[in-house]
Amino acid sequence: MRIKCPHCGERPSEEFSYLGDAGPKRPSSNDPASMDDWFDYVYLRENPKGVMQEYWHHSGGCRGWLVAERNTETHEFISTVSAREFALRRSS
Amino acid sequence: MSGYRLERGGLIKRERRLGFTFDGKPYHGCEGDTLASALIANGVKLVARSFKYHRPRGILTASSAEPNALVELREGGRKEANTRMTMVELYDGLVARSQNRWPSLYFDIGALNQLAAPIFVAGFYYKTFMWPPAFWEKFYEPIIRKAAGLGRATHEPDPDRYEKAYAHCDVLVIGGGPTGLMAALTAGRSGARVVLADEGPMFGGSLLSEIEEIDATNGLEWAQEVLGELASLPEVTLKPRTTIFGWYDDNVFGAIERVADHKIAPQPYEPRQRYWRIHAKRAILATGAEERPLVFGGNDKPGVMLASAVRSYVNRYAVAPGRTGVVFTNNDSGYRTARDLRAKGVRVAAVFDSRKNAAVPDAGGVEVMMGALITGVDGGLGVKSVSFDRGRGEEHIDCDFVAMSGGFNPNVQLACQRGAKPLWNEALQAFVPPDNGSALVAAGAAKGSMLVSECLREGAQKGAQAANDTGFHCKAAALPLTRDDSYSITPLWWVKESTSKAFVDFQNDVTAKDIPLTAREGYRHIELTKRYTTLGMATDGGRTSNINGVGILAEATGRTIAEVGTTTYRPYYTPVSFGAFAGPFKGLHFQPVRKTPLHEWAQEQGAVFVETGLWMRSSWFPRPGEMDWLETVIREVKATRGGAGLCDVSTLGKIDVQGPDAAEFLNRVYCNGWNTLEIGKARYGLMLREDGIVFDDGTTSRLSEHHFFMTTTTANAARVMSHLEFCHQVLWPELDVQYVSVTEQWAQMAIAGPNARACLQKICTDIVLNDQSFPYLAAKELTILGNVPARLFRISFSGEHAYELSVPADYGNMAARALMHAGAEFGITPYGVEALSVMRIEKGHVAGGELNGTTTAVDLGLGRMMSTKKDYIGRMMAQREGLIRPDREVVVGVRPVSKSDRLLAGAHIVARGDKPSMETDQGYVSSVAFSPMLDMWVGLALCKRGRERHGEVVQLFDGLRDIHIEVELCDPVHFDKENKRLYA
Repeated sequence: MRIKCPHCGERPSEEFSYLGDAGPKRPSSNDPASMDDWFDYVYLRENPKGVMQEYWHHSGGCRGWLVAERNTETHEFISTVSAREFALRRSS
Repeated sequence: MSGYRLERGGLIKRERRLGFTFDGKPYHGCEGDTLASALIANGVKLVARSFKYHRPRGILTASSAEPNALVELREGGRKEANTRMTMVELYDGLVARSQNRWPSLYFDIGALNQLAAPIFVAGFYYKTFMWPPAFWEKFYEPIIRKAAGLGRATHEPDPDRYEKAYAHCDVLVIGGGPTGLMAALTAGRSGARVVLADEGPMFGGSLLSEIEEIDATNGLEWAQEVLGELASLPEVTLKPRTTIFGWYDDNVFGAIERVADHKIAPQPYEPRQRYWRIHAKRAILATGAEERPLVFGGNDKPGVMLASAVRSYVNRYAVAPGRTGVVFTNNDSGYRTARDLRAKGVRVAAVFDSRKNAAVPDAGGVEVMMGALITGVDGGLGVKSVSFDRGRGEEHIDCDFVAMSGGFNPNVQLACQRGAKPLWNEALQAFVPPDNGSALVAAGAAKGSMLVSECLREGAQKGAQAANDTGFHCKAAALPLTRDDSYSITPLWWVKESTSKAFVDFQNDVTAKDIPLTAREGYRHIELTKRYTTLGMATDGGRTSNINGVGILAEATGRTIAEVGTTTYRPYYTPVSFGAFAGPFKGLHFQPVRKTPLHEWAQEQGAVFVETGLWMRSSWFPRPGEMDWLETVIREVKATRGGAGLCDVSTLGKIDVQGPDAAEFLNRVYCNGWNTLEIGKARYGLMLREDGIVFDDGTTSRLSEHHFFMTTTTANAARVMSHLEFCHQVLWPELDVQYVSVTEQWAQMAIAGPNARACLQKICTDIVLNDQSFPYLAAKELTILGNVPARLFRISFSGEHAYELSVPADYGNMAARALMHAGAEFGITPYGVEALSVMRIEKGHVAGGELNGTTTAVDLGLGRMMSTKKDYIGRMMAQREGLIRPDREVVVGVRPVSKSDRLLAGAHIVARGDKPSMETDQGYVSSVAFSPMLDMWVGLALCKRGRERHGEVVQLFDGLRDIHIEVELCDPVHFDKENKRLYA
């Protein structure tokens, strides 16, 4: 199985490691009132049947983190983007 | 003894005689034979004993679906149990033995099981051996395992090599019969990269075994022409003896190429087998169809064969299974067998057709009885006659073999391995492949098309489609002309009139009666039926038995076959040897060995190495006369604390961090602050996980304004690196910082002890080392020995006046030797990770035992490091209620009350007077060492409210190792509490 690394192109899946759901965004506040947000960020994950966005790490390659859209039902990769680009896009 | 070699015909080379033995008896066969065909040619009918009843069994098929004819092939380290003799190509010197019989195949004591058959029904293990429970493990299971069984594995190492390989193609064609040949040819002509794989040694599939007419020539010659053209196409790869065993995500196929299985031994340059991973843009399933047995009394007797297998043996291998055969069929294809046998001069006594109303195909002059059923087979070790019923009561006919056909199952396995279920086709009375989209499409008999013309048409169609899909262009070409047979079938799942046992699963000895019994006992779901009866669970994957089982279950439960459905299809299509999976990754090739840059030096010093992950670390350096490791370690500690010691710490993770935002980056990944760290200084840093638990620790030094040198623990080096990458790329992409792992680039050594400075001074020629020029926590880039670039840090894990010195990896051994030479006058001594660990426990420094993924900074006594002035990973979650509870287990020192008692890590702490239990458990000992300085065992523990309990005597309990002693909780710093030595 191959995954398209945004930097290296299609590479065997063995070069990548999986982290998980890319949905949760790290809260920016250290206010104790934001504790619930932190709890959600650290612990709560969706487990959808179908397409989800996930963090993958090209750990055996360019060392870049990427966000992949993957169908958890068919294991099909739909798209990949560098995590950096994803983060910048999400915060802008 | 009834089979024999036909005078003429076949694809064997009669002039190439090959000698072989079966159960020690010598025989001869020809090149082109399988072990099965050669045994038939020699008149051998009985080849195996069945799994449970030890019934005599013969050869059923001529294919990889063979359930009966399993042997132990070869000898010594090359012995392979459960090898299907129908797939074993004969070679000169072949040695095979029958299995599961004692003392011999012809006289098998285990066959007495048959007399007890009434208790050996479905689920009998569960019913019979229930009581008493303790008997199962010690008594029942060993006996059952001994009696029921297949071949025995060898205990010797396999002398052969196995390879792994990858292939990429536009079109993978699975199966080299008429459909596959046509598909490969059509796609191949367009220039597409085609791989054509077939499990057999020759391409042609059914054309090798059947009499067909294609383009006014015979099917075999047509296949030869196609193969000639395929061989000439540069983008086409032909892979004979290659089984595609699995279909995986992203259209990846697993395959086994049997490179040398057809030889007595591989050539020195050859692997035995090659494990392929094939990435195919498109794949065509042209795997053909497997014939089903009919289920009637005695259908497992040696001499009862599949009708298509009989055609294979007479046409391809030129052997007759006997002198007089009968055919029993529920479809048109059985008639082919009668015709082919007659054409070869073999007598056929009758064709029994279970259908009452069907157009009678040409039987080649053999008597046909419509609506006739075989109800029993007579003969002990081989067929002597059959009893049949055509509505006139029981009749008998003499014969020495039976050809049976219960219809055909398309080989849908691969198409169903990724979750889709096969579909029931009523006209065909078979399951056909599901629609999997365009990545894998079925064609020909694998799709249920039973006529050669359909196979060729579909092969051409699907081949063209696949090539066009992948960017090639196929020109239309005329299809070869064929003469088609007819095919129609009326189901017959079980001859209920049978007078003796009728087998469904030949390999696991499941009879037709077991299935309704199972349904009556409540196991109506096919997956439950399978597991309760073991139907289809043998090494043949149920290829000849599953669908018959489904048919019988459907009848027994009044459901349609579509309603019953099939069990789940999973890899592997046929068994794959463990050697192929392991490939070259065995012994020292299983994983790489990481040697530190000081490995050579450590070897010179007589180090005993210990594996730490992939690393080889020097654990201690025994000297002549030392009796055990503890004696050595005690000497190393005393020498270091008394003079100077040198330790290889190169395995620590090292990360170079640079950029204008480097300090800010460190601020966010460590819980302590970095803005105030001066250039030329080192600082201890503590990293948390985002959930507030401690992740890693190490020292990080500031070499210049924007340049830091981070160290991590050995164990977490890779994890910290990935973590930094995640934090920067995902959380804070705005930070201008770069970092790279330099673990491999630097050799690092600790020099510790009161004479450490004196030793170092001799090689550090460009600096005068004293407390002013180089105080505690100083960090500096310099050169040693005149011109070797180095980094020197005054940091200490041992609690001594100590340094760590880094030099480029290639200088490591040289620098260590130079230090040993320079320090000789000061008694410098190499010490290993054991002494390192002893000294850190004496000093109460936390390490892996305490940084164990459950402890917080506060637990470790490092709570004061947690900054309140900045955001960092783990800051918020570390404040959770559960992580700041006052009764958490925190680090505390332990020492035995009786000085001679030994401590052991893992022992639990229980308050005095309490009985050890889950409820009274107070914590446990995390690290222990024998302290040479205190002359007693000391330890660190994680104990509830430990910090408040210094001085309390508690019980230490370890039920596993039977330890029950008293220890005192104390300050974790056992030695030099005032840190005088650090600054000395």
